[in-house]
Amino acid sequence: MSDPARRLPTRASMSSGSDRVFQYLILALASVIVLVFVVSLYLLGVDSWPALRQFGVDFFTTRTWNPVSGTFGAAAMITGTLVTSFVALIISVPLAIASALFVAEYAPRWLANPVGYLIELLAAIPSVVYGLWALFVIAPVLSRWEQGYFASPEKIAIYTACKNIWDQDRTTLQCFFVPSAFDGRGLALAIIILTVMILPYTASVARDVIRLVPADQREAMYALGATKWEVISRAILPYARAGIMGGVILALGRALGETLAVAMVIGDSQDIIKSIFGGASTMASVIANQFGDAQETLHRSSVVTLGFILFFVSVAVNLLARVIIQRLTPKGVK
Amino acid sequence: MKKTFLLGLALSATAFTSASAQSLTGAGASFPYPLYSKMFAEYKSDKGVSVNYQSVGSGSGQKQIIERTVDFAGSDNPMSDETLKSAPAKLLHIPTAIGAVVPSYNLPGVTAPLKFTGKVLADIYLGKIKLWNDGAIAALNPGVTIPPLPITVARRSDGSGTTFVFSDYLSKVSSEWKSKVGTGNSLDWPTGTGAKGNDGVAGVVKSTPGAIGYVELVYAKQNKLPFGSVQNRAGKFITADNGPASKAAEGVVIPADTRVSITNSPNADAYPIASFTYVIFYQDQKYGGRSEAQATELKKMLTWMTTSGQQYNEPLDYAKLPTNAANKAKSIINSMTYGGKKL
Repeated sequence: MSDPARRLPTRASMSSGSDRVFQYLILALASVIVLVFVVSLYLLGVDSWPALRQFGVDFFTTRTWNPVSGTFGAAAMITGTLVTSFVALIISVPLAIASALFVAEYAPRWLANPVGYLIELLAAIPSVVYGLWALFVIAPVLSRWEQGYFASPEKIAIYTACKNIWDQDRTTLQCFFVPSAFDGRGLALAIIILTVMILPYTASVARDVIRLVPADQREAMYALGATKWEVISRAILPYARAGIMGGVILALGRALGETLAVAMVIGDSQDIIKSIFGGASTMASVIANQFGDAQETLHRSSVVTLGFILFFVSVAVNLLARVIIQRLTPKGVK
Repeated sequence: MKKTFLLGLALSATAFTSASAQSLTGAGASFPYPLYSKMFAEYKSDKGVSVNYQSVGSGSGQKQIIERTVDFAGSDNPMSDETLKSAPAKLLHIPTAIGAVVPSYNLPGVTAPLKFTGKVLADIYLGKIKLWNDGAIAALNPGVTIPPLPITVARRSDGSGTTFVFSDYLSKVSSEWKSKVGTGNSLDWPTGTGAKGNDGVAGVVKSTPGAIGYVELVYAKQNKLPFGSVQNRAGKFITADNGPASKAAEGVVIPADTRVSITNSPNADAYPIASFTYVIFYQDQKYGGRSEAQATELKKMLTWMTTSGQQYNEPLDYAKLPTNAANKAKSIINSMTYGGKKL
């Protein structure tokens, strides 16, 4: 296979004609990707035009989503998408980096490989399985805890007080952590499931880049008398931060677009978020829930517009990620 | 007859022959899907014609028949006049079954079936009645001890014909519901937890003490959920079980095109939250290279669904078409043409 003597004659016998054919073939295949991007952008644009023309900026700033009266505003879904994604990211990144450090730096080899493999396996589980797991395993646990609010009189008093505050469309810090429903579904469950789903992306990328930190770096630090913690915090993490950021962005991309698992558990509410245990909705979950049955042009167009916004949010996140990675890459690292 | 038999043999030998004239395709509502699966399986073994029905939702079904990619569409709500206008030719509706939507609940310790009125259901779904021991519920159910649980309102998160029927009923019995929420497949809900599909709502109800959810009768029974009786227009409390939904269609005047809401029926024995489920098809079957044989098969199949096929409705917890509706369906099917010629 890798014997150079065998490969050389094949290469030499290639005529410049077949070279050109290959060049065109590659060009054609590569432009298919560009074409898909342009066509999907065009189609999304055309289909969302009726909604954008009708509602304009209001589509982005109002939260009324009323298919009966034909008034659509996506503010609730846009905030829902951003809140679930970023909160899940904030929880999952420290966990992911810790597990990557453990696997790459602390664990003995016989343990590191199976653990690393298991983390990668998490990424291979289909999202509907995560959704079912959330519904049938985590939701009942959350639900039991939420129902505990009716076990003692003082908790009922807290709940009643919060209910009055929520009814005025306000919330307080304490009430934000008081359950507003008792079925376990809602924002909290969506965040938990997203955290688990995006964990392997950051963890496996971080593990790989931590392993790639040159031994010279570590040895130089140890030679200066540094402890293991100092080596990790001063030599390894700064060196690997650009790569870790890449993994974080990958995870964020998945969190923003995750559809089915979130649609199954988030509780679908366009209300403002008053309690972390209450219902919410994301752009992807509303698309999954309403696209199939959207009969009126305006309703359909509004759902497509959600897809359009999601498209732009993803592109923006990717661009931002490039800038961040460029900034973070230490000088001299290629 | 012999030809059909031979064709049937050929079909069963080749299993799937989508290009054959002897197979029909439909798409749409998921609510009648269990019934249609049964009907079409029986139809295939009986007549040798395979009918492929995809349960993709009423809205998608309507879209697909307008785009002429299927032979017929299934829909829980009839098309609006506006949607009918967007079709390239005249579309016909026929009812195939009647479904009932029931308020199912999870109340530990309550064994007697609860009684509901439309107003109480509307107030629960408006978020005005928050606790199970509310006076309005207690007044309807004297002698039943209801625990003081908060009400967890479960509803559909996806667009659905079930939601259409339920909200259509609530709009008829509560002016507040009509002005604040209205009727539709997807709503701007004042309260509640959204779950996907009838089984999703049944799942919330099953796992949450204090939950209430509206589901199709068949799902409540499959999940062994208790469901309440609902007061009809005549003032009687009716349990949806064993066919009183059929009576709902007997109390209303069915227009020639059968597009009618039968919720809150004036019939004294009718279950009030009931609805037809429809099959939609083109009156003139000559379009897009369809053969006359294909059109004839569709006509035969539709006739069978509204006549002999009706025997499968009740065992699967759907109500039968009453005579007046079945007669209307028959005359609509007989108006089908092929290139202007009567089929």
